[in-house]
Amino acid sequence: MERTLTRYIRALRSAGAGVSTTEAMDAARTVEVVGWEDRRVLKTALGTVLAKSVEEKAIHEQLFELYFSREAAAAAASERQRGEGGDPDSGQPGEGEAGGEPQSGDTEDGDGGSDEGGDGGDPVEALSALVRGENPGKMAMALERAGAAAGVDEIRFATQSGYYSRKMMEQMGVEALEARLMEALGRRDAQGQADAEALMGDRSALQKQTRAFVEARFEIYGRSAQDAFMNEILAERSFGALGRSDTARMRALVERMAKRLAVRHARRRKVRDRGRLDVRRTLRANAGHDGVPFDIIWKIKRKDRPKIVAVCDVSGSVAQYVRFLLLFLHALKEKVTDLETFAFSAHLADVSRPLETLPFETAMRAIVDEVGSGGTDYGAAFLELDRDFTEVIDRRTTVLILGDGRSNYSNPRLDVFKQIADQAKRLVWLCPEPAPNWGSGDSCLLEYRPFCTVLTQCSTVIDLERALDEILMAYD
Amino acid sequence: MTDAVTGAAKSLETPEGLASVEAVLSMLAQSGYIATPEIATAVYLAHHLRKPVLIEGPAGVGKTDLARSVALGLGQPLIRMQCYEGLDESKALYEWKYGKQLLYTQILKDKIGHLVEDADSLDEALHKLNSFQDIFFSRDFLEPRPLLKAMEQSTGSVLLIDEIDKSDEEFEALLLEVLSDYQVTVPEIGTIAAQVPPLVMLTSNATRELGDALKRRCLHLHIDFPDAELEARIVRTRVPGVSERLLERLVAFIQAVRGENIRKLPSISETIDWARTLILLHADSLEPAMVRSTLNVILKRQSDIAEVSGKVEALLDSRDKAGR
Repeated sequence: MERTLTRYIRALRSAGAGVSTTEAMDAARTVEVVGWEDRRVLKTALGTVLAKSVEEKAIHEQLFELYFSREAAAAAASERQRGEGGDPDSGQPGEGEAGGEPQSGDTEDGDGGSDEGGDGGDPVEALSALVRGENPGKMAMALERAGAAAGVDEIRFATQSGYYSRKMMEQMGVEALEARLMEALGRRDAQGQADAEALMGDRSALQKQTRAFVEARFEIYGRSAQDAFMNEILAERSFGALGRSDTARMRALVERMAKRLAVRHARRRKVRDRGRLDVRRTLRANAGHDGVPFDIIWKIKRKDRPKIVAVCDVSGSVAQYVRFLLLFLHALKEKVTDLETFAFSAHLADVSRPLETLPFETAMRAIVDEVGSGGTDYGAAFLELDRDFTEVIDRRTTVLILGDGRSNYSNPRLDVFKQIADQAKRLVWLCPEPAPNWGSGDSCLLEYRPFCTVLTQCSTVIDLERALDEILMAYD
Repeated sequence: MTDAVTGAAKSLETPEGLASVEAVLSMLAQSGYIATPEIATAVYLAHHLRKPVLIEGPAGVGKTDLARSVALGLGQPLIRMQCYEGLDESKALYEWKYGKQLLYTQILKDKIGHLVEDADSLDEALHKLNSFQDIFFSRDFLEPRPLLKAMEQSTGSVLLIDEIDKSDEEFEALLLEVLSDYQVTVPEIGTIAAQVPPLVMLTSNATRELGDALKRRCLHLHIDFPDAELEARIVRTRVPGVSERLLERLVAFIQAVRGENIRKLPSISETIDWARTLILLHADSLEPAMVRSTLNVILKRQSDIAEVSGKVEALLDSRDKAGR
C-alpha cells in the first residue's frame, strides 16, 4: 500500500509537481484517514495534500487517472489470479481494490520459477500460453515483473519505447521463443510452417502488449521529462529559426517564464527606511502616551511601479522577434500594469489598444497592416514618438526599443533620440543581430549606442528573459 | 506514529459535523453554504490532519464565507484577521499594554520609597524590586491579538486569516510557528500553546505567489467559479424568493458572461446580488432592457459593461439555444 503511494508521488515529481517529504507524509496520513475504498474521495483528498497550485492540481487530475486505473487493473488481475490459485487466505480483505500491488511485489523473487514450473516446465509453451491471454491476471503480473526488471520507469523519451519493450521481452524469455521459431522455419515441412506461424503470432502479440505497457509508463514517468527537454532546446534557439510547429510550445514556455519573472519581482512596493525618524507621525501617534515615544514611526520609501514604453520595429526582418517580446510583455501584464506599446515600420502607431482587446494573433496582423511595410525609418519613428506621445515618457519610464537599427540610410535623428533618452529613466535597446554586425551596412546602432543605458543582443527567449529581468530589477 | 496521533486526536473529540465528508457537506448546507465535494474533503482533512487550509480562487467565490459557515456549523467562535501590507506581530499576535504599564510605573514610583524602606542593603532592595518588575511583563499586561486569541479559546475556534497574499513576506514567516505547532512564543513569558487547536483557514486571491514554506504546511483548496447547477443551488439557498424560471435564466446568463472577454468576471456574490436586485425590481424574467440597466450589479468596470451591453441579446439567446 505504502509502495503504491510512494510510487505515485514519484510519478508526480517526475511530472513536475514539487512534492516535499512532509507532503508525502501528509499524504500517507490522509490515506489513513480516508482509506483506499472510495476512489473519488481519495483523489480529492490527495489533491488537497499534494497539489498546491492550479497547475499542480491539473497534473494531479491527469496523473491520478492514469496511474490508479493501471494500479486498479493490476490489482484486479492479481486478485483474480489469487482466486484461481485457490489461495484466498493470503488476500487481505478490507484493503480495497488497489491491494494487489504489495503482494505482487513481495512475492517477486520466488514467484517466477514456480510459475513456470507449474505450467509444465517448457518456458516457451508457458510464454505462448501467457500471450494468448489464457490467464490475463498472470500476464499482467508477468508484464509488471519484466517491466520492473527492465527499469521501464526510467523511460524519458518516446523514442526509447522500442528499446524498453525489447528489454522487457527478453526478460520474459522471448529469446527462447525466437530460437524455437528459427528452428521451426528451418524445418521445411508443413508442420514446421504451422508451428512457425503460431510462434510468429505469439511473438507479435507479446510485442504489442509490452509496447502498450511501455507506452503507458511513458505517459506517467516520461512525458514531462521529454517536455522539459524540448523546452530547454527551444529556449536556446534563435527566434528567427523557429518553425511554425514550435509556436504553441513556445507560447506556453513564454507564459511560464513570464510567470516566474513576475514572482521573482513581486516584492512589496514599500521599503522601510530604517534610521530616518518620521517626527511628525511619531509625535501624533504617541499623543495618547503623553508624548512619550513608545511607538516609533520610520519614514517609508515608496518604490516606483514599473512603467515600460515598448517601441518595436515590425518590419519583415524583425517581426518574428517582436512577436515574442510582445507575448512576453503581455504575459507580464499583472506585474507591469503600466505598459504602452508602439510599433513602427514606415511610420509609428500606438498599438496598446489592439493588443489588449484583440486575440494576440489577430492583433499582430492588424498592427502590421496599420504601420505598413516598406522602408523602415528609425529617425522618423523617433521623431513621431517625441512629437505625438512625449507625455508617455517620464522619469519613471523605461523605454524599450526592439529593432535591428537598420534605417535604410535615412537620417537617424540623434538629436531626437538623445532627448527621448534624457526624458526616460532608462533606455534599453534589444537587437536581434549579433554584436559584430552592428554598424555594418545601413545599421545605425553604433551611433545610437552612446545614448542607450543598455544595448544588448536578444535573439532567444532566454536572452529575452534576462533583458526583462534586468529592466524590472531597476524598479525593485 | 501517525496512527497514534490521529487516533488520539479522534478520541479527543471530533465534532459531529466533521465525522465524515458527508457530515461536513450537510453541516455546511445547514449553515447555508452549498459546498462541492472538494471543499468538504478539505475541511474534513483539515480537522483530522490538524492542518490549516489555504483557500485560493477568484474574488467572490465564497472563500471567506466558507470559514464563516464552518464556524457557524460547529458553533465555535470565528476569529478573523484581515491581512494588509505592513501588518506585523503587534497587530497579529500580541501587544504589551504600554499605557497600563506606564500607569503602574507611576504608582510604583509613589510606593517605591515605602517598599524599600525596610531593606537593609542595596542588594535586598533590588531583590524586592525585581519581583515587581516581572509583573510588567505578565499576562495581565498582554493584549491578545487575533492569533493569540485563537490559541486561547478553550472551546476551539475557527481562525480565518483573510487575504494572506496582501501581507508582507515577513508576516508569512511569522505565521509558520502558529500554523505548524499551534503555539505563540512571547519572549518575556514563554510559549503559549493552544488549548484546543483552532481550525485555521487562510484565503488568498493570488495577487502574489505565496512562499513554499507556507504552502507546504497547508492543505490546498482551489475554489473556482461553480458550474450552472451548483450556482443555481447556491442562489436558491441565499435568495429564497427567487422564482425557478428567473433563477435558471439568470444563472445561464452569468455563465455566458463568464465566457466573454472581460477584465473582471462576475462571481457568485455578484450573482446573488443580481438575483436580489431583480426581485426588488419585481422582474420575473430577463428582458434585455432590464438586464442592461442592471449590468452594473454584476460588472464592476465601465469597459466590461460596455463590452457586454452590446451583446446582451446574443448572450440571452445563446443560452436559450443551449437550453433547448
